[in-house]
Amino acid sequence: MADTIIAEDLVKTYRNGEVRALDGLNLSVPEGSVLGILGPNGAGKTTCVRVLSTLLTPDSGRATVAGIDVIKHPDQVREVIGLSGQYAAVDETLTGWDNLVMFGRLYHLGKKSAIARADELLEQFRLTDSAKRPIKTYSGGMRRRLDLAASLIVRPKVLFLDEPTTGLDPRGRIDMWNVISGLVSEGVTLLLTTQYLEEADQLADSIAVVDHGKVIARGTADELKDQIGGDRLEVSVHVDDMNVAAEVLARLGGEVHRDEGLHRLSIGVTNGSAVLTEAVRGLDAVGVKILDLALKRPSLDDVFLSLTGHAAEEEVQS
Amino acid sequence: MSVIHDGLIITKRQLLQLSRVPEVLIFSTIQPVMFVLLFRFVFGGSIETAGGDYVQFLMPGIFVQTVSFTLAGTAVGLAEDMTKGLIDRFRSLPIARSAVVLGRTLGDATLNVVVLLVMGVAGFVVGWRPTSGGLSIAAGFLLLLSFGYAMSWIGVFVGLSVRDSRAANGLVFIIVFPMTFLSNAFAPTSNMPTVLQYVAEWNPVSTMVAGCRELFGLPNVFGVTANSWPSQNPLEMSLIYMLIIMSVFVPFSIRKYMKASAR
Repeated sequence: MADTIIAEDLVKTYRNGEVRALDGLNLSVPEGSVLGILGPNGAGKTTCVRVLSTLLTPDSGRATVAGIDVIKHPDQVREVIGLSGQYAAVDETLTGWDNLVMFGRLYHLGKKSAIARADELLEQFRLTDSAKRPIKTYSGGMRRRLDLAASLIVRPKVLFLDEPTTGLDPRGRIDMWNVISGLVSEGVTLLLTTQYLEEADQLADSIAVVDHGKVIARGTADELKDQIGGDRLEVSVHVDDMNVAAEVLARLGGEVHRDEGLHRLSIGVTNGSAVLTEAVRGLDAVGVKILDLALKRPSLDDVFLSLTGHAAEEEVQS
Repeated sequence: MSVIHDGLIITKRQLLQLSRVPEVLIFSTIQPVMFVLLFRFVFGGSIETAGGDYVQFLMPGIFVQTVSFTLAGTAVGLAEDMTKGLIDRFRSLPIARSAVVLGRTLGDATLNVVVLLVMGVAGFVVGWRPTSGGLSIAAGFLLLLSFGYAMSWIGVFVGLSVRDSRAANGLVFIIVFPMTFLSNAFAPTSNMPTVLQYVAEWNPVSTMVAGCRELFGLPNVFGVTANSWPSQNPLEMSLIYMLIIMSVFVPFSIRKYMKASAR
């Protein structure tokens, strides 16, 4: 299948090159699939979306969306994409209906079709009851749904969602996931950014891990988990025993990851059960009391940690 | 033309906003009317003006001051759209590049029509009687609307540059307030220190006010600057100023819009 979104060596710098928001970013998204761009704040996720959706011109590199060059023919790209950003970009003083009709008209639908499409979308996103209320009165989740609806007016081939659930409560998030899954089943090509590993796991066919403006790993959630090798052994001990326990675990193999706050140590293991027994014996021999012990399949969090050396959801100063 | 079509949809959005939040329209007309009343009755007695009572002198000044503040309306509106991410959305739509700013300036011009109408009526109630013919008076209002429209384009640039509506509002006051007071709008320049008289003479607000006074049938009085070109030809000078403002700020503002980004 042809790639609907292609990005090659995208570079975008700010403040005279001091900040490299994109530092040679490469991407491709096959038609009808979902790519999740995963990365911490400041990794370049939003800049990437802004370049691909024609809002920002890169310093160098090349990108095409639905076969159209983003830099040379931004107007044509705008005809086939939908964009929903990090905040609900709608007019808050107007009603949901007003907004959708206005955007419909701006997409050059006739008056009647704009109204019909607005009604249809409000129905689809369960907003019909609030259609005639100003957006000001909407909840965060409702705003996001309306914002998403506004990006779907002309049934775009390619959809960009920049952190679609940031700031939503758990219910709103699951709600949004259902809506997005529905869209994907209709065959739209979707590029979504997120700093939530669970979200990428849930929605994306393929994940690109981005850090410092580069893709540092790519694959399905399972492939990424396999990349860091096998399972992880996690041991919780008393705070005073941390150093002794770390020494014991270090002898069993791999790099020991310490979580000081939770008094937890973890190592990557390949033959889980054997190491488990050894760990128990080893720790017992030096008199460390084990508070909790578990053998875990790696989470995407672990993947992220092993790839970047820092957790996904922490703030990174750019 | 799709620019006009798209622009008008943006204008319609702004008018729809006004109908949803009518307070905005009410306050933006009450303020200038309040100025008319305050100046007419508070300063009216103490400012000496040649040829007629103070209200005749005052009205063109207040009209010009009011349309000058269109700069604020446009700047604040666009700065708000910017922070809310609406400009990003508009820029991702397949519409002409100038449509959004064009629509915004047209909306603010429409608002000016209403405001000027209400002010004219308020002025009439407190004794304003333009003595020229209907055609001249109409030309005066047309001149005011055009000046407001030119100021609106400066507002586009300010709003898209500042990116924060409160900052935009603050900045505009710093620019426009001295501009309207360092002029012949509220008091004759002839009593100012000589240096200031020259500054006031070239101030676009002054040439506008003098031009309007001419069109409304009131003789202009100047101090040391009486024989200068802008004092002699206030209408021409005003048109030149508008031309300069538009030819600088229309292309700059559209460029700014194309590169605009919320962060």
